[in-house]
Amino acid sequence: MKADPIGVNKGTFYLDGDRAVAEGAMAAGCRFFAGYPITPSTECAEHISERFPEVGGIFIQMEDEIASIMAVIGAAWGGARSMTVTSGPGISLMMESIGLAAMLETPCVVANVQRGGPSTGLPTMVGQADVMQARWGSHGDYEIIAYAPQSPQEAFDFTIKAFNMAEKYRTPVIVLLDECVGHMVEKVVIPSADAIEIEPRRLTSAAKGEYLPFAYGDDLVPDMAEAGMGYRFHVTGLTHDERGYPDMSVRCQNWLVPRLVAKIRQNADDIVEFDEESTDGADVVVVSFGISARVSRMAIDLAREQGIKVGSFRLRAIWPFPEKRIADLAKKIKAFVVVEINLGQIFYEVQRCAAGRCETLLSPHAGGGVHEPEDILKVIAKGAGVK
Amino acid sequence: MSPKGIPEAVIAAVSPEEHPIAPFLRMDRMPHIWCSTCGIGTTVKALVAAFEKLGTDLDKVAIVSGIGCTGRVAGYVRLDSFHTTHGRPIPFATGLKLAKPELDVIVFSGDGDLVAIGGNHFIHAARRNMDIKVVCVNNFIYGMTGGQVAPTTPLTALTSTTPYGNAEPPFNLCHLAAACGANYVARWTALHVRRLTKAFTEILVKPGFCFVEIITPCSTLYARRNRLGTGLDIMKYYHDNTVIEHGADPADTDIAFGGPIICGKFVERDRPTWLGYQDQHLAGKLGEKYYRGKVLREAGKR
Repeated sequence: MKADPIGVNKGTFYLDGDRAVAEGAMAAGCRFFAGYPITPSTECAEHISERFPEVGGIFIQMEDEIASIMAVIGAAWGGARSMTVTSGPGISLMMESIGLAAMLETPCVVANVQRGGPSTGLPTMVGQADVMQARWGSHGDYEIIAYAPQSPQEAFDFTIKAFNMAEKYRTPVIVLLDECVGHMVEKVVIPSADAIEIEPRRLTSAAKGEYLPFAYGDDLVPDMAEAGMGYRFHVTGLTHDERGYPDMSVRCQNWLVPRLVAKIRQNADDIVEFDEESTDGADVVVVSFGISARVSRMAIDLAREQGIKVGSFRLRAIWPFPEKRIADLAKKIKAFVVVEINLGQIFYEVQRCAAGRCETLLSPHAGGGVHEPEDILKVIAKGAGVK
Repeated sequence: MSPKGIPEAVIAAVSPEEHPIAPFLRMDRMPHIWCSTCGIGTTVKALVAAFEKLGTDLDKVAIVSGIGCTGRVAGYVRLDSFHTTHGRPIPFATGLKLAKPELDVIVFSGDGDLVAIGGNHFIHAARRNMDIKVVCVNNFIYGMTGGQVAPTTPLTALTSTTPYGNAEPPFNLCHLAAACGANYVARWTALHVRRLTKAFTEILVKPGFCFVEIITPCSTLYARRNRLGTGLDIMKYYHDNTVIEHGADPADTDIAFGGPIICGKFVERDRPTWLGYQDQHLAGKLGEKYYRGKVLREAGKR
């Protein structure tokens, strides 16, 4: 279906990434937002609080991040497209509830504008060290979908994608910005509503009394009911059977949890997104995302000036990870160079997928700023075997 | 004899499906997990009785629980029901209610869930006067995890983590709810089935944050450790030691170990609800541009 025009602020704007997320959410049909102020994500909440009354949305500033994400999950079960935004300690506080959203198969969106950590860390300064937390942060086994925009335009576009994928796969989806992308101001083109495709909610059409909340078909995604539709269904964070009833048995755990994982993994080809440039015949491929991908471009240009054959591989969707393509490239190149503002996270994913077929090198940064292109260049040169 | 000590003949004589509240329950989930003489079942019966009395459209009622013995209520009542995480039913209910304001949203949970781990949400929902009905089954203890001290445990009471007696003053939940701004505050015990039912009929039609505390026996853990006798002995205690005092100042209703339990409807007032105030305020500020206002006006015309 097409977007509801009331939420689509058609035009060309100069927006920061945080506000672009807000505009993307409204365009995608988000009509419930609960959040708690935290730098550097707050601009998103402020923008929503200003725009929502005219769009028909409910904005509420909750007492903490846990309340925010729980209200978002509750609103989803009340029929709203819902989201929250946070950073640093806030995303840590939300982790238990993100597990609940995964367990209840609740479509919702969480934007995390990454700052330097751990703990309070660098509230106003950039980090990219929540990548593994986005994937593994809540206890237990589940899969997640996460996008990593590198510009305000992508913050807008990927937030719409995030809402669509949340509905399609009935899962929480994370938009993983970083402080640089959240705060940089660039041109954002918001198209008209009829140019924005919206994934409708997978509502059940079962007869009353015959609805099984967790029965599923070939794509492994169950149809949903919302409170008030008359199905009188039950959902629980406990391990549950297809009726939604608790069944704490090995058999039921093995029926439920592998499917929660498989519904993403089995459909990974539909979700995985990356940009690839000049990887054919490359000796070194730079793997990066977010602001680091933009900084890497300078280093790639410098390397090419030195005659090094360098390609670039940018993660647009960061989870699920593009395992197949990385494994494929590993057969053809000398080295991957992973550029990220952390001390090695995506690096280990690339190394895992390369599986020794080529070298994997890390260009790390502890956070608070972006890489110097020369530092990346040194690692590229090492990967190419150039002294 | 059955495992619970009830003669087989008695079980055979009463078919569970014939129980008058069976239509309100998920009978395919029986037997429930609650101990015999637990007070939670009584509170569920009173809620169901209130639905019957009011003729509530049960398709438009949602119930949200947290974790713990009372957290299991959401699993047993045949409503749209959500068994969430520990301490978080109130924010979940907040989102649910605001996304679909035509629903009646009830939070049914225990004292540990609502006022220990969930205490922050409790006070803020009351402050906002969020239009949800919060029922707290207070048994003075963490039941599900084996009888640890709670923020409601009376001073000196024994629990598995206060083996020498509780040395922390407890919360008075009614005082807390009232101080934070709840529209309705009442306390009853599991003995007061008719009065409790009446309280439920009142909160189900009253807008705003409504709070009912129900003092209930936990004979397996609290009563046994404190040598308070059987479930029947506790009912007798409620009978002999309850003082009904409607309109009492909630500040004067603290519960001491072995002391009287002051019950009654303490607060009933009409502060505007969160959404009601938003609608009024934003329509005033934004006029025609306030989208929900437009929708509400059109709904009013029809």
